Amino acid sequence: MTLNTLRAVLFLVFSVAITNSGFASQDNEDQDEGFNATEMIMHHVKDAHEFHIVDWNNEPITIALPIILYTDNGLVTFMSSEFHHDDSGSQIVEKNGERFVKYHEKIYQLGSGVDALAFDEEEHPTNATLPLDFSITKNVFMMWVSVLVLFLIFISAAGKYKKSNNFIPRGIASFVEPLVIFIRDEVAIPMIGEKKYRKFMPFLLSVFFFIWINNIFGLIPILNGANVSGNIAFTLTLALFTFFITMFSGNKNYWKHIFWMPGVPVPMKLFLAPIELIGMFVKPFSLTIRLFANITAGHIIILSLMSLIFTFQSIAIAPVSVGFSLFILIIEIVVVAIQAYIFTVLSALYIGMATAEEDNH
Amino acid sequence: MDLITPGLGLVFWSLITFFILLVVLRKFAWKPILGAVDERENGIKNALEAADKARKEMENLKADNERILNEARAEREAMLKDARDIKNKMVNDAKEEAQEQATKMIAQAQEAIENEKRSAMAELKNHVASLSIEIAEKVVREELSNKGRQLELVEAMLGDAKLN
Repeated sequence: MTLNTLRAVLFLVFSVAITNSGFASQDNEDQDEGFNATEMIMHHVKDAHEFHIVDWNNEPITIALPIILYTDNGLVTFMSSEFHHDDSGSQIVEKNGERFVKYHEKIYQLGSGVDALAFDEEEHPTNATLPLDFSITKNVFMMWVSVLVLFLIFISAAGKYKKSNNFIPRGIASFVEPLVIFIRDEVAIPMIGEKKYRKFMPFLLSVFFFIWINNIFGLIPILNGANVSGNIAFTLTLALFTFFITMFSGNKNYWKHIFWMPGVPVPMKLFLAPIELIGMFVKPFSLTIRLFANITAGHIIILSLMSLIFTFQSIAIAPVSVGFSLFILIIEIVVVAIQAYIFTVLSALYIGMATAEEDNH
Repeated sequence: MDLITPGLGLVFWSLITFFILLVVLRKFAWKPILGAVDERENGIKNALEAADKARKEMENLKADNERILNEARAEREAMLKDARDIKNKMVNDAKEEAQEQATKMIAQAQEAIENEKRSAMAELKNHVASLSIEIAEKVVREELSNKGRQLELVEAMLGDAKLN
């Protein structure tokens, strides 16, 4: 009973922390305009060049992250702190004789003789170029943290087996092993088949745990300042891995099914070929969108519920907001695992389709 | 629009990060973990098979033991029977022999007794004869030392002879 109460209180605190971290950043820009829920939510779910933790006495406390730009004159690097938390394009940073401003989390390179950004009707800057941005953004930073955590968990788990003389899992290994076996027995073997699954196990396991841990980090307050697995660039990259693995492991049978479907009349073959060809690209696209949309939607729902308090400007609405977002959070805990699982299952399914033997209908 | 436009930077870093993650975990985590799991599962499978085999061997062994035991029991039975037969035969033989011996001994003894008896009788006869002669001699000598007596005797003898 006390444990449950404690949990509820913790969640309450965490939930409030989510809103705080979300709001803090919009304070700078929109102090005069009042609360703008859309802006706050979008700011939260999108990437940023510095890791915002909390606002303290109206001063944002952030982790400065390196900015790496590829301009016409080569690489330019500096720390994000040089913008002094400015996101409106007024703080100009000069490096290598080039001048940069940050506007709505995009870094623009000012043309020569220009001192301030000019905008068109849709608020797009007209007098600046966008250099290629390879900055270590908060998503990249969080991704690396998750990689370190994964290394820590799985390499130490693997070490446990070396220490025990009869391969009995101990400590962290006894937590990891059921999950690994689950991926093997419920995902890899049924989808790919007993004979070929081994080759794809490292990819499936890595992608499953990578997505899962980033999903989980997305739910942990403060850390959830970064929404890695809810970023389309991240999900696209993982889907591309699945796509290329499918391409390169596809056997003759697979390509025959795409371009010249066996067992149907010739007109049907001609009709099916373009559909199958499109299907080839739709698969990774659906993987990309599914993960991105599910995770982002979860974040948006929780933040929207929290925004109610500030939209109505009434503390009376707080219990409702907190209650609902707590409910959604609990659902999200399940959703993040399911989404990681679905991505893995579908990847395995696509690989399985590409490597299936002829008689395997 | 930013939300659904993949940023080049993040794609780039995700690619590199996931590739490194894949390579490192593959070498240092998945291989050892899956290897250990496989090894253990094989171990368990082998152990179960070995146990099954051992069980079957035990059964065979038990059957063998049973058979050997039965054979031994039968052999013992047979040996006991033989021994009993031999014993009986020996006892019977011994009895017969003893009987025979006894009969023989008894016959010999009887014969010896007969012989002894006979010789004793012969001796006794001789002895009696010589004793009678001696007595007769003594009596005759005694009788004949006295005239009267001699007469008496003659008379007595004559008397007897008359009667005849």
